[in-house]
Amino acid sequence: MKKSLQQLANRAAEEGLLDVAYTTVDSPFGPLLVAATPQGLVKISFPATYDTDETLQGLAAQISPRVLEAPAELDDVRRQLDLYFEGKLHEFDLPLDWQLSKGFRRRALRAIDRIPYGKTRSYTEIARSAGNERAVRAAGTACGANPIPIVVPCHRVLRSGGALGGYGGGLPMKEALLELEGVLGGQR
Amino acid sequence: MTALPPFQALLDEHAADVMAVLRGAVGRTDADDCFQETFLAALRAYPKLSDDGNLRGWLLTIAHRKAIDHHRADGMRPLPVAEPEELAGTTAEPELDAGVWELVGALPPKQRAAVALRYACDLPHAEIAAALGCSPDAARRSLHEGIKRLRKELA
Repeated sequence: MKKSLQQLANRAAEEGLLDVAYTTVDSPFGPLLVAATPQGLVKISFPATYDTDETLQGLAAQISPRVLEAPAELDDVRRQLDLYFEGKLHEFDLPLDWQLSKGFRRRALRAIDRIPYGKTRSYTEIARSAGNERAVRAAGTACGANPIPIVVPCHRVLRSGGALGGYGGGLPMKEALLELEGVLGGQR
Repeated sequence: MTALPPFQALLDEHAADVMAVLRGAVGRTDADDCFQETFLAALRAYPKLSDDGNLRGWLLTIAHRKAIDHHRADGMRPLPVAEPEELAGTTAEPELDAGVWELVGALPPKQRAAVALRYACDLPHAEIAAALGCSPDAARRSLHEGIKRLRKELA
């Protein structure tokens, strides 16, 4: 049966019937649920906070009900995430599908996507890059609503004074990612 | 209208039953092909499906069509069949018991097909006859023989 289901996912992808492929990827923080459309990576859910059924139902409603578990479609995402968590990959080379973010949020997330590995920006700087310097709070909301965390590095956005701010995956995870990237240098 | 569940949920809940019915209808060797065809057809039609009240019935209806296509491809006469969308929600749900379907799968081909088409797909004798390319009397006989044999094995 497992082989039949695998074959079905492959054939669905070949025939353009696989609108959302998903799988889980192990991480040092627990399993991540990752999902991609034919356009690219569309969703990463944090280990601590996601409910699989709820996440998949959301993807079905927002993108397409043709949602299938298809690990093979996400091999490249898994490989790059593995390398990133090992500190061996500094820049993700993955096509992204931005459709779950609109307007100012999307602009803010695209600005976040340009922050280099090991660097940080303030919420104010992100608001400015997104076209509205005064929308600092909205920039924070955009971070919180980031559908593709880790790959779109909202963990690199801090408060102006250098305080950590918030993180959807929890502050210990934000700290750990910044340490991995050498930003916190273990001084905390 | 409630939102359609992610297609994976249909697979998780019904794939095993669909496979069991198809094994009964076309035999173990060809069941996988019919299984693939069934779910690819379902996937194709799924986003436009308006009635999600009986997704299981809808899937089994498609499986029944694929089983008939299979028998037809084996040189049987064609049989007009309604589109699955029209039947969704109205199809009687067959009572499924994987153990029984294993036994059905072990019947000789004609009996196996007749039993599956009758009890999994809810087809009348005339349509079973058309699907199998035999007379209604012959279809009735295959069905009767098949049931007799199942009774014996279950007794």
